[in-house]
Order: sequence, then C-alpha cells, then structure tokens
Amino acid sequence: MDVRAQMSMVFHLDKCIGCHTCSIACKNIWTDRKGTDYMWWNNVETKPGTGYPTAWEDQDKYRGGWECEDGELRLRSTSKTKTVFNIFHHPHQPSMDDYYEPWTYDYQHLFNAPEGPDQPTAVPISMVTGDLIQIKAGPNWDDDMGGSPVYAENDPNLAQLNPDQRAQMFAVERLMFFYLPRICNHCLNPACVAACPSGALHKRGEDGIVLVDQNRCRGWRACIPACPYKKMYYNWNTGKSEKCILCYPRLETGQAPACFHSCVGRIRYLGVVLYDADRIREVAGLPQDELIEAQRSLILDPRDPAVAAAARRNGVHDSVVDSACNSPTYRFVKEWKIALPLHAEHRTLPMLFYVPPMAPVMAQKTGTTVENISEDLFHDIDEARAPIEYMAAMFGAGNSGKVRYALRKQKAVRWYRRALTVGDVDMATADRMLREADCSAAEAEAIYKLTSLCTFEERFVIPPMHREEAIEMLADPMSHKQGVGFGFIEGPRRGL
Amino acid sequence: MNNTYFNALFFIGLPYVSVFTFFLMTIVRYRTHGFTYSSLSSQFLENRQHFWALMPFHYGILTVLGMHILAFLVPRQVAWWSSVPLRLWIMEIGMLAAGLLTLVGLVAAMVRRRANHKIAVVTTASDWVILALLLIQVLTGLGVAMMHPWGSSWFALAVTPYLYSVATLNPNLAVVSVMPWMVKWHVINAFLVIGFFPFTRLVHILVAPNPYLWRRPQVVRWYRRPAAAGR
Ligand code: SF4
Ligand code: SF4
Repeated sequence: MDVRAQMSMVFHLDKCIGCHTCSIACKNIWTDRKGTDYMWWNNVETKPGTGYPTAWEDQDKYRGGWECEDGELRLRSTSKTKTVFNIFHHPHQPSMDDYYEPWTYDYQHLFNAPEGPDQPTAVPISMVTGDLIQIKAGPNWDDDMGGSPVYAENDPNLAQLNPDQRAQMFAVERLMFFYLPRICNHCLNPACVAACPSGALHKRGEDGIVLVDQNRCRGWRACIPACPYKKMYYNWNTGKSEKCILCYPRLETGQAPACFHSCVGRIRYLGVVLYDADRIREVAGLPQDELIEAQRSLILDPRDPAVAAAARRNGVHDSVVDSACNSPTYRFVKEWKIALPLHAEHRTLPMLFYVPPMAPVMAQKTGTTVENISEDLFHDIDEARAPIEYMAAMFGAGNSGKVRYALRKQKAVRWYRRALTVGDVDMATADRMLREADCSAAEAEAIYKLTSLCTFEERFVIPPMHREEAIEMLADPMSHKQGVGFGFIEGPRRGL
Repeated sequence: MNNTYFNALFFIGLPYVSVFTFFLMTIVRYRTHGFTYSSLSSQFLENRQHFWALMPFHYGILTVLGMHILAFLVPRQVAWWSSVPLRLWIMEIGMLAAGLLTLVGLVAAMVRRRANHKIAVVTTASDWVILALLLIQVLTGLGVAMMHPWGSSWFALAVTPYLYSVATLNPNLAVVSVMPWMVKWHVINAFLVIGFFPFTRLVHILVAPNPYLWRRPQVVRWYRRPAAAGR
C-alpha cells in the first residue's frame, strides 16, 4: 500500500445557479494576462450543450484521455513514437477557433469620437490583433440554450441516446438544462502529465495538485489534446502551457481556491483524501463499467489505523490524516456514494466529483392541483425530463446504475426532510424511500446538513500544507527571507 | 577586399566568433532566461497552413542537417557510399528533394507569418532575421547542389578537412579558399546562423525532449522529500 494524499473536490450540481462568479474570480486572479485572455481555468457550461472549447467531449476530434486494449493502457492522442512525429504539428490540437477569439471594446472611441448626429459606440476589437472583429463565439456562448438545435443538439453526450430518448429531450414540454462548472480534475492518472515530452507537467506528491513547471515547458503542446477535459491551455504569447493550479498559493496559506471561496450557490466542497497509489495502474485498466466503483475503492478510510500507519510511513503528515477524517469529499464520494466523476471512461481517474442534478420532476395537472404522474415514488428519476442515460453518459461512464443510485438517495433525503419539516408526506413513506435508497435516517440528516446548512469550514477542509518543511528541504530558509514567495523573479515574456 | 583578408575574416574570424557566441549565449540564456526556451509554436493561432508549412520544413531540414553532420563526422564512409554511381544518384536526388522540401516549407512559413494577422502579431524581429538567414542558407545549399553537384563525394575531401582544422584550432584555408563562391557563401551563412542561433527561437532544438522516450509516463515531484523521487 502506497498511501498518498490528494486534494479532492465535490461540485453539487443541484445547487449551481450558473452565475459564473467562480469563473470571474479565477480570471481576475490568474488569467487576465496577455496570452491567457481566452483561457477559463474555471468555466461553467450549460448542459445539454457543446461547452468550451466547442464540443470538448468529442474525442473523435480531440483524441483526449486513455484507451485500454487487452489490458494495455495507451494515450489516444500520442505515444513515445508519435511524439517524435507530432512534435512539429499536432494533428489533434485545438486552435483558437475551437475556443473563441478574445475581445474587448474600443472604449476610447466613446470619449474621442467627433461630434455627430449619432451616439458613438464601442466596437469589439480582438485582444490578439487589435483588429475590429465580429464576435462569433464566447466561453459560455450557449448559456441557458438548453433546447437549441445549434448548441444543445450537438452535445456529444447525446450520441449515447437512442432516437426516442433524443426526441424526448427536445420535446418542448420537457426541455431542461443544468449547469456544469468545470476546473482541472487533478487526476490520479493524468493524461496531460503522461503526454508531456518535457517532463514539465507533474503531480505534486504531497497533495496531488497537477502543475506545469513554466521553466521546463517548451511549448510542445502534447498535453492539450491529451487532456480529455480540455483543461490544458496554450498561452499563445509566452509559448507555454498553463492550467488550473487549484490556487495552491491560497491553499498553502489555508484559504480555499478562489472559485470555491466565491461560489454563490455554495456548491463546492474541498477536502483531502488518502488513496492507494499502488493500485492506480490496475484501476485505470479495468473494464469501463467497473471504473467508477474501482476508483471509489482507491480512496482509503483515514480512520482505519492500518491506513493511517501506512500514510505516516509514506511521509503523509499526521495533520493531513486528521484533515482527511473531516473531508467532505470523503463523505460525498465514499460514504454516501452520491458524487461521481465526470467522464470516468477516459481513465484519468479524475478527482473532482459531481453530485448529479435532479432534473425537474414530471407532473400532471388535474383541475387546479399539480401532482405526480405515478404511484412509484422514484418514478421521476427514470422518467425525468433528461433520460438517465444522458446523465450516465457524463457521470456514470455509461453505467446508469451509479447515477440512479445517487439520484434516488438525493430524492429520498428530500422526502425525508419534507416529512419532517413540511409534514405533507407521512413518515412511513419517507422511511420506505430511505430504505429503498440505501440510506439511514442519520445519513439522510448528514447529507441534508452538508448540502443545505454547510458552513465555510465544513465545505472547505484544508490541511496544513507544511510549506515551511518543503523550503527547509530545498534551500536555506534564511535565503528566502524577504524574498518573493512564488512565481517568477523575471517577468514572463515571449522569446528573447 | 583583399582575398587573404576576406578569407581570414570569414573563414577564421567568423567561425570562432560564431561558435563562441553560440556556446556562451545558449548557456547564459538557459541559466538566466530559461523560461524563454520554448518552441513558441503558433499552431494554436492558425492550424491549417501550419501543417503545410511546418511539416515539410522540419522533415526537410532535419534530413539535410543530419546528412551534413554525418558527412562531417564520418566523411570517409559517406564518400565510400557515393563511390558507386547509382548510390551517388540516390544520395544526390534524395538530398535535393529534402532541400526543396525545406524551401517549400520555409517559404510557406514566411508567407503564413506575413499573411495571417494573428501570426504576424506574435512574430518578432529576430524571427524575421533567422527566417531570412535560413532562406539564404537553403537557397545557397540548393545552388551548390545544382551548380556543383556530387557534393556527397567532394564534401569529404574539401569541406570536412577545413571544418576539422577549425575544430582543432588549427585553421587551414588551403582547401576552402579555392572553393566556388556559392560554396563559400553557404559556409559563411552557416556560421552566421550558428552565431545568431542563441538569440532566436531556434534554441528549442537544444531542449528537444529525448528523455520522454525513456521515462515512465507519470511524473511526481515531492517537495518535502530530499531527493526528488519519481513514482
Ligand atoms: S483534468 Fe486534464 S489537465 Fe487536469 S489533471 Fe486531468 S488530464 Fe491533466
Ligand atoms: S459560482 Fe458556484 S453557483 Fe455560480 S456558476 Fe460557479 S459553481 Fe455555479
């Protein structure tokens, strides 16, 4: 057992209101520089929809992630031999057109325009060339376009549905959409790292954060097609790749990452989990329908003395093990099993988990009352506006059982709380639902609390990062006195 | 200009200045501005023309460069190969084709840098200087191949001894001073490229990622372990 610690996240999709506050918080801190202007390390997209970059889930186009044939794990986009040839031109690299051309407005014109009969306008200009441009796309261009034939119908996840199910999703009275906020998943088996020819991309041993060493990155770009989530970005100005850093400078000072901190819907949870690194290769190579369960089994119980001892032997600090005992991620993913990885079929073992959203219920109107259309208490999960297969294509690696389990439990918790507080549902029914959903009353109570009443400290359980020790290992601490903490001593620039 | 002066300046002075600059400045740049070592790829900004320009260019120039290096390192074997007419023909035609491929790619890359505004804004003066130098290099190279063919057999006897003499700090101009002007130009321009190399994006050649071929797929860095252990 090779026990390591990993910062791991949960996004509760039922709570996301699609406000994009997270994206703005991130952009203001990290990606407002030239060359990063088009990047959204955190982005929020509407599902069904094509997302950002356009149709990023279409791996026929981008060739992201791993594929497994006869137990052999291979990157789809590259390999050692292919690197030699692809290094001059990557056949699957997305270009700026797949994202969007960043723009600003010619605000000066509002002040400088000569006097005339019309109000002056501020025309859009490209942030790359400064030329006048016609805006054709943006990072959330299809916001709220749940039923649109241009965006929603081109969602790559729909490929898994049969024509009836598709028709169902686009019937006017059933239209629905939800938001999918995305950051880098800080995967356990990151495709980006395995594709990086320079060895610049790496996973931090202590907390599992995946980073690009900017001084070692040479702009070979192999990581960009390799990441199945398109969370690697190419800085077109400096010629280096960049990615979400999980705000590690904030984490190291005990603060939640900016997107977590600012989240209006309070959908985000962050905590450390312990996992067995020895089993990564084995789990990543399992048949697709076993992936979700196997990835869950990689996560270890920090209260188990054997795990804690193995962690200690491996240099995981006691304070980190303690923190893992309070990790909200552990509860959502491992105890309650209601948070699932996004597109686990790409075998990167993503460590950001999503609580799948409850689609709006189907109801019918009799006279003046609106009531459920069926006697079966869980009917609206299988007859939800969005077919369960659609959710399973995203959160179940095609295995709808996992998604159904998570949704049933959520629904049972709702009914249980409704029986308690509103009282229009009898407790016997609520109890039956809990039983059928594999949930105890205590568990329901805990889920309810962590979902609805959670405080800042409960949502973000950040272990001490012990940077002081790291610095002592690498250099004389006195030499760091009054030095700049992190980042460049020289400013990043393009070429010489 | 007096011929002796000319020869001394361009075949003794220039090589040493260039090679010295090359080594000094690539090392200094790596140590002080290591961040600037990048391919500075512009594929992200423009994808299609990139393929048609950069693929022929890289394959062409790597072939030609590889053969030049081979002729420098093992001149006798190269001369031996070219001692049979058929093999000589294969060599000459192959190299000419590679040279033309380079030319096509290079010109396409230059056109792309001018015509596409997005690419133009990420093109610096040093890019243009090195593109121009490379263009001259390729054109003179092709000129030599056309005007003075069978280079693969005479190179070993004419140019390699001169390069060796420079490398062993005992420059011998006897062979090179009688070379046709096209060959001279090619050699002089090559030294200009070498001297200017550290100030351009060409430095990405020096950081070509060969360890990738041998390393394990995943990379883990430990900040709290004394030696950075892998996984
Ligand atoms: S989400 Fe993509 S960029 Fe992030 S660790 Fe995984 S493969 Fe790498
Ligand atoms: S800030 Fe929170 S609620 Fe708003 S879009 Fe982002 S994840 Fe959703």
